[in-house]
Amino acid sequence: MENLDTIIQILDSTIRLATPLLFACLAGLFSERAGVFDIGLEGKMLAAAFMAASVAAVTGNVWLGMFAGIGISLILALIHGLASITFRGDQLISGVAINFLAAGLTVVVGQSWFRLGGRTPALSGEGRFGQIDLPFADALRDVPLLGPIYSDLLSGHTFLAYIALLAVPASWFVLYRTRFGLRLRAVGENPGAVDTAGISVVKLRFSAVIICGVLCGLAGAYLSTGHGAGFGKDMTAGRGFIALAALIFAKWRPWQALGTCMLFGLLQAVAIRYQSINLGEFTVPVQFMDALPYILTVVILAGFVGKAIPPKAGGEAYVKER
Amino acid sequence: MNSAIDTGRQETAAPAIELRGISKAFGPVQANKDISISVAKGAIHGIVGENGAGKSTLMSILYGFYKADAGEIHISGQKTAIPDSQAAIRAGIGMVHQHFKLVENFSVLENVILGAEDGPLLRPSLTKARKILTELAAEYELNVDPDEIVENLSVGHQQRVEILKALYRHADILILDEPTGVLTPAEADHLFRILRNLKNEGKTVILITHKLREIMDVTDTVSVMRRGEMKGTIKTVDTSPEDLAERMVGRKVLLQVDKAPATPGENVLEINNLSVIDDQGVQRVKGISLNVRAGEILGIAGVSGNGQSELLEVLGGYQTATGTISVNGQEIDLTGKFSDGQSRRNRGIAHVPEDRHREGLILDFSAWENTALGYHNAPEYNKGALLMDNAAIKADTEAKMERFDVRPPNPRLAAKNFSGGNQQKIVLAREIERNPDLLMIGQPTRGVDIGAIEFIHQQIVALRDQGKAILLVSVELEEILSLSDRVAVMFDGNIMGERQASETNEKELGLLMAGMNEEAN
Repeated sequence: MENLDTIIQILDSTIRLATPLLFACLAGLFSERAGVFDIGLEGKMLAAAFMAASVAAVTGNVWLGMFAGIGISLILALIHGLASITFRGDQLISGVAINFLAAGLTVVVGQSWFRLGGRTPALSGEGRFGQIDLPFADALRDVPLLGPIYSDLLSGHTFLAYIALLAVPASWFVLYRTRFGLRLRAVGENPGAVDTAGISVVKLRFSAVIICGVLCGLAGAYLSTGHGAGFGKDMTAGRGFIALAALIFAKWRPWQALGTCMLFGLLQAVAIRYQSINLGEFTVPVQFMDALPYILTVVILAGFVGKAIPPKAGGEAYVKER
Repeated sequence: MNSAIDTGRQETAAPAIELRGISKAFGPVQANKDISISVAKGAIHGIVGENGAGKSTLMSILYGFYKADAGEIHISGQKTAIPDSQAAIRAGIGMVHQHFKLVENFSVLENVILGAEDGPLLRPSLTKARKILTELAAEYELNVDPDEIVENLSVGHQQRVEILKALYRHADILILDEPTGVLTPAEADHLFRILRNLKNEGKTVILITHKLREIMDVTDTVSVMRRGEMKGTIKTVDTSPEDLAERMVGRKVLLQVDKAPATPGENVLEINNLSVIDDQGVQRVKGISLNVRAGEILGIAGVSGNGQSELLEVLGGYQTATGTISVNGQEIDLTGKFSDGQSRRNRGIAHVPEDRHREGLILDFSAWENTALGYHNAPEYNKGALLMDNAAIKADTEAKMERFDVRPPNPRLAAKNFSGGNQQKIVLAREIERNPDLLMIGQPTRGVDIGAIEFIHQQIVALRDQGKAILLVSVELEEILSLSDRVAVMFDGNIMGERQASETNEKELGLLMAGMNEEAN
């Protein structure tokens, strides 16, 4: 029974930790499937986390915070779109610039606003997303096995965690069952085909970038107002890049993205729970456990997980051929 | 009722397309100058012209890809504005581009409905498209499996998908831009049958091509363009390939290569059991054996992508392989330290690559810098151990440009500013003038205009007559037949057969190119 509790606690924490990854991963999925590579996921998340926490702290309303987070993330996404779609600039450089911009501005503006060394005031009450208990969670807790799974694992997460989970089937449906999804996937593979079909490549790519901005905003808002209780310097801690690794691992597909984000979440959960593991004489150092998700990221990016074929037109601005 | 009959009559009388005074400039380049053309309904109309004559620009204007600076478009007698492709599609115009505009990892159905979906959800459109595709397949011999992923289809089938796309959008006017460049002769024949079927159903077809024989075979009328201008429209029955070539170039052109029978000597190149496995682990060349003798041109025919490119890459020293290759009786290194371009050149192998933009030239470099490429260690180009003698290279380049009639003969001009034919002459001059024992030449006249083709062919034959061995790879069957002394056909990494050029014909080679050995034998 104790083992089951432990497992459920770890899995519960997995969902919490996977939620921002999932948002960011789906954000990247929409953008990259449309042919716009985005390594600025990290920066957008960070800026959104900051704005969400700031607005929530000042107004005491987490919803306003969330929309502020989405707003700033959208602005950054549109800058990326302007640079890489309209002006046909280098998508990597634009993404890097956004990461730098967010890392610097959040601390400077945060210090100027709150004088807390770049942090925002701690949030409580209405300033945070509360836990949502699913119906009958208490009543069913005593049912063997399924009870704890329902009541402790599935129930009791924040609004945004459930949204992230619902976003997976929604993304799948949009991508594979709708006209918009067909065109979006086409523009990432061969924008020439879309253009000659009489559809605007620029509009399509911008809509993908906007979706990416909204999802990154949710990821950031979750970090500072759902998972945490306030913004701290560099609080995304590379999650944007882990989400990119998860995206590649998932081969740019929504259901697989759920799986890979959960895997990364699990690694983080295990690292937090078991700060050191004794293997007989040898003790695995805590630093190694903390580094585990990042090590896996490197392994995935180095291509050890089989062939991941990115969208063919990814990373390139579309220029009509003569 | 009377008025309805009247309009019906008017429509049949009005041309399907009439362009009036179309002009278009790209910066200082006048791509189309005051072009007027009229295409009758239900006709197959050819448009011929050299590269850069403005054919593609004109059709892109008609398809809404570019906006004309001046001029009017009339569709079925109605003045029509075509600001974008959507408007062209609405006006009943469909276009099959030279480079297909297909999403390769989509199914045929998905490609067909892309941009022509009926509603926000895909399923109804897919169901409808499946039904229509079946009907079109029966009507026009356009059979394609609707559920197949496009990248698994042969090039000929991919082209059918493009035609289906246009017909699904109710195109009455179909424009095909260089449609046969990538097809086997059998596939091309099938395409022409489809075009005739379309014509019989009352559709109008515009065929852009540089292959004069196709024009003669399949069109009713033909328009000739030269340097952005329309040089007239003629009935196909009233003209001949020679006449069309003259109109295209503006002077008399020799279409046939003028060459004496070969007098082959010793083997220069011997290839035994050569196999190539590419980076993706796919076997591209499957144990082929070939030889080329001095004073002989061996032509390798085949649809592109059947291992010819890899064969050239191995000989050029930038692809590893197994098997043996000997030049002048001495084996060359296929995998080790001496399997690079420099070592190959030292052994007397010169290479004019298939893709001159990717492998033959650095487009942003000037002509003289490009001329030194690969021969930068030549003593005459160097001053001592460290410095290059740029003045010597420039002088040498200027002399080469003079001899190969490169226009303009300015060594300081960047390679990208020369026309395709002149770029090819720069590469050819660089390689031929090194006096190689073996010249490999891939697609010598791809993207080269007729006037330059004549010159390039003469140079190749002249080199042969000096007793050099020449390995020619081309997807143009006509070129293979007119230049080669012997022809080998590659299909799927194998040599399907070897023939004396004088004893074979396009039909036999075409069957071999399609992998049909028994019938050909």
